[in-house]
Amino acid sequence: MLSSEEILEIKHAIKLVPYKKAASVEALKVVQEHRRWISDESLRDVAKFLEMSPEELDSVATFYNMIFRKEVGKHVILVCDSISCWVMGYEKLRDQLFNRLGIKYGETTHDGLFTVLPNCCLGTCDCAPALMIDHDLYRNVKAEELNQILEKYK
Amino acid sequence: MERGWGEVMERPLTQHIRKDGRPLTLKEYEAVGGYQALRKMLKLTPKEVQTLVKDSNLRGRGGAGFSTGLKWSFVPLDTPKPKYLITNADEMEPGTFKDRILLESTPHQLIEGMIIAAYAIQANISYVYLRWAYKTAAQAILSAIDEAMAKGYLGNNILGSGYDLEMHLHTGVGRYMCGEETALLNSLEGKRATPRAKPPFPQVSGLYGRPTIVNNVETLCCLPHIVNKGAEWFQKLSLTGDAGTKLYGVSGKVKKPGAWELPMGVTLRELIEEHAGGMQDGFKFRGALPGGASTDFLVEEHLDVKMDYTSVAAAGSRLGTGTVVILDDKTCPVGFVENLEHFFAQESCGFCTPCREGLPWVEKILSAIDSGEGKINDLKLLEHHTKFLGPGNTFCAFAPGAMEPLQSALKYFRADFEKHIHEHRCPY
Repeated sequence: MLSSEEILEIKHAIKLVPYKKAASVEALKVVQEHRRWISDESLRDVAKFLEMSPEELDSVATFYNMIFRKEVGKHVILVCDSISCWVMGYEKLRDQLFNRLGIKYGETTHDGLFTVLPNCCLGTCDCAPALMIDHDLYRNVKAEELNQILEKYK
Repeated sequence: MERGWGEVMERPLTQHIRKDGRPLTLKEYEAVGGYQALRKMLKLTPKEVQTLVKDSNLRGRGGAGFSTGLKWSFVPLDTPKPKYLITNADEMEPGTFKDRILLESTPHQLIEGMIIAAYAIQANISYVYLRWAYKTAAQAILSAIDEAMAKGYLGNNILGSGYDLEMHLHTGVGRYMCGEETALLNSLEGKRATPRAKPPFPQVSGLYGRPTIVNNVETLCCLPHIVNKGAEWFQKLSLTGDAGTKLYGVSGKVKKPGAWELPMGVTLRELIEEHAGGMQDGFKFRGALPGGASTDFLVEEHLDVKMDYTSVAAAGSRLGTGTVVILDDKTCPVGFVENLEHFFAQESCGFCTPCREGLPWVEKILSAIDSGEGKINDLKLLEHHTKFLGPGNTFCAFAPGAMEPLQSALKYFRADFEKHIHEHRCPY
């Protein structure tokens, strides 16, 4: 069931487009903002609200890498693996992160706090390597700074 | 800074950017001449604005380098509403970070540019299509739109001219493909971001089937200055035939990676040695992608190539976004290209078969070579792909772009590929 708040926000998005279906990406963003990810149930609810089939909406949802169709942790860590970050040795940072959290790409820590995902590119190539945690961008990150950064999200 | 041609170097797009990068408020932007171009432009006819921009020889800064004024001229002016103007702020080309600077620090410059472009094609609805990762930029643009609305620069009857324009911010949800203009339109319509067949071109049938112009951030930011100072002034900013200044960037193992607004046509050598401070100690230059992941390598013999559309094309590559990624002598060229092709294989929208199937194949071959499992025939197989995923064989420019760094790496760094294969290991 969509919450009344979600419905209100989706209705607002619909007002800005010529027909309901055109608000599909916006509607998915609204639900994800409230629930962190899009479950099968959410997908069906949004599809019904936009008068489209769940399959069609899922084709949109699964296309975009920042719409999460699997449950993610409280904080999503995006590791930039673009060419500039690769040249500047992001792999060391990535491995340190995997070790520290005991997970790999696409996985979530047992306490549900962190999910790690690869991302290309964060658009800050002159300050490589880079990480993004939720809305916060970290530039010129050194592997030894990781602990300190992660502490902020506990 | 005094330049060889006897004039003080002008940096119209970035000169008012604050050191700390915080956005200029409306008041601050007005204090340095902001929105004067809008006033001036509203006295011209749309056709006159188009002619001015055509005469300025402004070419699209998103990578394709098409004449902006000419692009606009394909929009039928006398059609009924609505028409659309869209800013492509989906900067996702790996190695590219130039538009971020303009978006975060001078949002009003972009908005003024957008009003000029929208007026020139008589669009009444405009969007900024912003990539999701640019959170600071999103805040800056939202508050700038509010300020411009309150001041009467946006909305109905702008400055009493009778011209109306609404503006919205749309933040994306990922995928490189959204930067391709027809895929961007599909994405804005709430669909999968797959490319559309051309023709019809978006200028005639774009967003929701209506005439639409999609322009890059840096392109639009040039417009207020062209209106204020004229086409001839804009042409003279450049050192070559391609007009204006350009936001160049350098990343990789250089002493001072960064981005700088410079006259169009500075050399690759000047960019690396002067502005980026040269290579880091212990590293030598081996090659560079001049304008993002989907451009051919330039190597040492090209250091004196002028970084404009025409000269870089003559050297066998493309200026692209003008943000250079450096390959140094201690970084494996095979691994470098493998990283790029992994990106392309992953980002292919899957709409057409050669791209969807060919790119993962290329990635697998490169990965095999890099881990010492390559065979000498693999090089032929890679070359085969550079042809069959090249221009004309795929639905859009994505796969041909992906082949550019590969084909040039096979040409310039062939010995490295062979060494991997013969020694069954990565020598780096």
